[in-house]
Amino acid sequence: MELKKQSIAEKLEAINEYEREPIPQGKLKGLKGFIGMYAGEHTAGTEFVIGPLFVAHGVTAPDLIWGLLIGNLLAVLSWAFLCAPIAVKTRVTMYYQLEKICGRSLVIIYNAVNGLMFCFLAGSMIAVSATAVGIPFDITMPSLTDMFPTGIGWVLSVMAVGAVITVIAILGYEQVSKFANRAAPWMILVFIAAAFAVLPEIGVTSLGDFWTVANEKIWTGEPMVDQSRFTFWHVMFFAWFANMAMHIGMADMSIFRYAKKWEYGFSSATGMYVGHFLAWIASGILYSYFLLKFDNSAEFAPGKIAFEAAGIAGAICVIIAGWTTANPTIYRAGLAFQAIFRKSSRWKVTLATGAFTTLAACFPALVMRLLDFVALYGLVLMPMGAIIFIDFYLLKKMGLKPNYAEVAGIKFSLQAAITWIATLVLCLALNFAAGIEVFFLGLPGWFIAAFLYILCSKMMQKKTVSPQVA
Amino acid sequence: MKTILKLISLIGLILTIVPALMVFNGAMEKEMHKTLMFVGTVLWFGTVPFWMGKSDPQES
Repeated sequence: MELKKQSIAEKLEAINEYEREPIPQGKLKGLKGFIGMYAGEHTAGTEFVIGPLFVAHGVTAPDLIWGLLIGNLLAVLSWAFLCAPIAVKTRVTMYYQLEKICGRSLVIIYNAVNGLMFCFLAGSMIAVSATAVGIPFDITMPSLTDMFPTGIGWVLSVMAVGAVITVIAILGYEQVSKFANRAAPWMILVFIAAAFAVLPEIGVTSLGDFWTVANEKIWTGEPMVDQSRFTFWHVMFFAWFANMAMHIGMADMSIFRYAKKWEYGFSSATGMYVGHFLAWIASGILYSYFLLKFDNSAEFAPGKIAFEAAGIAGAICVIIAGWTTANPTIYRAGLAFQAIFRKSSRWKVTLATGAFTTLAACFPALVMRLLDFVALYGLVLMPMGAIIFIDFYLLKKMGLKPNYAEVAGIKFSLQAAITWIATLVLCLALNFAAGIEVFFLGLPGWFIAAFLYILCSKMMQKKTVSPQVA
Repeated sequence: MKTILKLISLIGLILTIVPALMVFNGAMEKEMHKTLMFVGTVLWFGTVPFWMGKSDPQES
């Protein structure tokens, strides 16, 4: 028995994910893996929440379509021109690159925040899956206003989903990638099929009817009770910044370091236009159907919504959609915490991460306030992405030292810390003083961070680098 | 063998989407579409692990 245990532990330890070294040439992946990964990851459990929340926020049909088309294009360009080129040139994780720039101590703080955000995001997806798992047991589903666990049945459903997802995440990138690749084609079709199947009951009997019904019954421009009204700008900025931490924030360096070419960054288009366009539209249609069928019910359970439209396959789709996003998210959180607990094995760190994430998932607030959380999550992590970008492309040209912490042998880069905190404080001020909503703060925030980092580097590098190092 | 498995997977995907389009056109009842979509799901996940990512060097 002991021998068997040891063997499993050894196998898990042997999964080397190159956390602190460049990816060797032989381990690079082809385009196909990225296309599948992005299509799977962004056709996910959150899509079953975001599409319906746009409906709840009373966006109009033209605002939705144009907002998604333009916002998603900007997101793809951010992956292709900001994140992927640096990942391919350095071949290291974002965390390791950041450590060279900011020093280990600051990265420990950043990683704690980053890992925590990943946990909450993965938690929301576990919760979404749980709304489907709980259907056969007739558990009480949360409603739009629920923030706390709604009963023991809900908690048990969440625990079951969280346990399975954690085990898959422990097995590493290869398993995550394979799972996403296998589920993606089927999942995308379920989204589209389910929407088509309910259209006649909403009043669409031919494609020519769609635009009229879309304006009158789906995206009506009328927000639900206690929900703010969304415009084109909300939709566009949300679509662009929904994955801000991944592209502008550079977290997907961990993914693109495996890419043979930087152009693979464009593979994110599969995720954006299938997941964040078709799937958001489809899930919005499903929610409108649910509202019509159940007389504007306050219940907000993606699993039940999909089950009503597509039966058991719909419920399975919600469960798997949650998995394919929660898996890489917990994996990323595991990498983030691994950078802190370097002496602990990755599988043990991922196990603890999964347990915490599952606990967080018990709170429906993660689902009901998902739009706000997603925007906040990108904003909080974005300044470090700006720092990496400026450090990589501009500092040397300006006569300053890139990778300053590594060069100067410091563990805490004050210029990076000031940049990060001051950017967030200024964004908070813009929010409170100027009333700019969290969805819009990412854009000015990036320029604030870039400017502050250059300014601080100019002031502090000159003062602190010794002549030998300089 | 792999070709047969791929064919079954394809049938799984067809059963996922086509019945829904038939419901939209008024050519099928919604309950039948739900049943066929579930059959398609079983076929897809029952066969896809045996061929997808098995021999493609790009995936290594």
